[in-house]
Amino acid sequence: MTGGGVKVWVLHLTLIAALFAAQFLLSPYHATNLARIMVLAVFAMGYNLAFGYTGLLSLGHALLLAAGMYAAGLPAQLWGWTAGPAFIAGIAGGGLVAAALGLLALRTAGVSFMIVTLMFAQAGFLTLLYFAPITGGDDGFAVAAASRTLMGFDLSTDTPRFLAALTIFAIGLCASLALVRSPFGRTMVAMRENEERSRMLGMNPFTVKLAALTISGLYAGAAGAAYAILFGYVGASFATIQYSILPMLYVLLGGAGTTLGPFLGALLMFALIEAATGITTAHQFIVGAALVVLVLFAPKGILGTIRERWARWLS
Amino acid sequence: MALEVQGLTAGYGPVTVLRGVDFRAEPGRITCLMGRNGVGKSTFLKALMGLVSASAGTVTLDGQPLHGLPAHEVPKRGLAYVPQGRRLFGPLTVAENLAVGGLVRRNDPARLEQVLTLFPRLRDRLGQVSGTLSGGEQQMLAIARALCLDPRVLLLDEPTEGLQPSIIALIQEAVVTLKGQGVAVVLVEQRVDAVLKLADRVAFMVAGRIEAGRDVAGLTASDPLFRTYVGV
Repeated sequence: MTGGGVKVWVLHLTLIAALFAAQFLLSPYHATNLARIMVLAVFAMGYNLAFGYTGLLSLGHALLLAAGMYAAGLPAQLWGWTAGPAFIAGIAGGGLVAAALGLLALRTAGVSFMIVTLMFAQAGFLTLLYFAPITGGDDGFAVAAASRTLMGFDLSTDTPRFLAALTIFAIGLCASLALVRSPFGRTMVAMRENEERSRMLGMNPFTVKLAALTISGLYAGAAGAAYAILFGYVGASFATIQYSILPMLYVLLGGAGTTLGPFLGALLMFALIEAATGITTAHQFIVGAALVVLVLFAPKGILGTIRERWARWLS
Repeated sequence: MALEVQGLTAGYGPVTVLRGVDFRAEPGRITCLMGRNGVGKSTFLKALMGLVSASAGTVTLDGQPLHGLPAHEVPKRGLAYVPQGRRLFGPLTVAENLAVGGLVRRNDPARLEQVLTLFPRLRDRLGQVSGTLSGGEQQMLAIARALCLDPRVLLLDEPTEGLQPSIIALIQEAVVTLKGQGVAVVLVEQRVDAVLKLADRVAFMVAGRIEAGRDVAGLTASDPLFRTYVGV
């Protein structure tokens, strides 16, 4: 491993250790928020693999989040599945829906890809509403307490919930880092930079992009399932356009194409919304203004700018 | 056995650029393609790689058809292409660019070593982001990346354009070495001195067709062929 490789792994493991320590320092309220941020960061990590590394600007990731959420929540609700099997079903659900979406949407590119993914996500949202007797529609449903246990731990309580969120986050982060530093990760970047150049080196763009989108779906599925199990709620609101935009904002703020960017973006955006909500009811305006400032002065996001100027070794 | 092109017709949408090109490149020989700007030289190389769709004609390598294959399959059959203007993956390091180039060959370390022997300057730059290399180093990397495919035919589109003489000499030396290793080199080149120095054969393209071709032995810079087809 190169010097840069060691540094970047140390940085990632340090973050995981710091998050572990944070549970002892934060109030239960803030620890729960941090757990929520970690779950949303997993969603954003998946988005980052598709958008930041492969160049797939999707507006349909809410569909993948909801796929994971319902694939975990419905078996728990209908058949009493416990957290372990429900979580695995959620990951699989996200991956399968992403693969199906990719098979259709990746026949397009650029703006057309954005519109097609948005269209499928809207179709998914409307489907959830249509089958309200099963999905709970707009109101959603609460996941039964019995389904929120894992090896005897009650995941609805603070410490197990935080540790479960941290475990999922840590696995997602390390897997993401390993992936982007692998030959396939370089292929993803090559595809983002120039598809034609990649083809003339023997890469099949459709296969690479489909694989990247499917992996992204696995992350979204994991995040959706984790949200359902750890926070006990499944609802169609997670399939709305808002949840397709949020991971994009997290990634853009933290730094697209950086492994830590999604977490940093999710953390800062969450904090910004919290702070703005305390000041004004027009908090979305403050968030929007912050993003305009970011795009003007750091268009590569926080970590993207840091990497460009000071730390080339950041992945 | 060689790269054989017969009646290749290709273009962009309704615009036909190549109009029945016949061409041949043989192992261990450098074949130069010359012609004025816009006659279709670059399009010809792209059509060989499958990057521009052919509407008629055949392309075979050692008797195996390449025409009709998806573009990403062509490099696996032994063709490598270095486009005009280098076209690197700028954010990736030199080592990562080479690794991307070698993916099809599963990044064979022996092949990478051969490539770095050909361009030793890159060995010192392996960790450097490729977008920050000098123009000459970028061109070396573009060729090296293509060579990681271990090609039987190497297509080079004006590889020395805009480079300083010392770098041009290094690149020409590498091309001659590749020829010695049995690679068939197809070189699009505008400079007559380079053609006379490197090529075994030269073909002249006019309006999407090969109008003339002959061995370089015996040619001089004042030959009317150059004035007629290249305008120098």
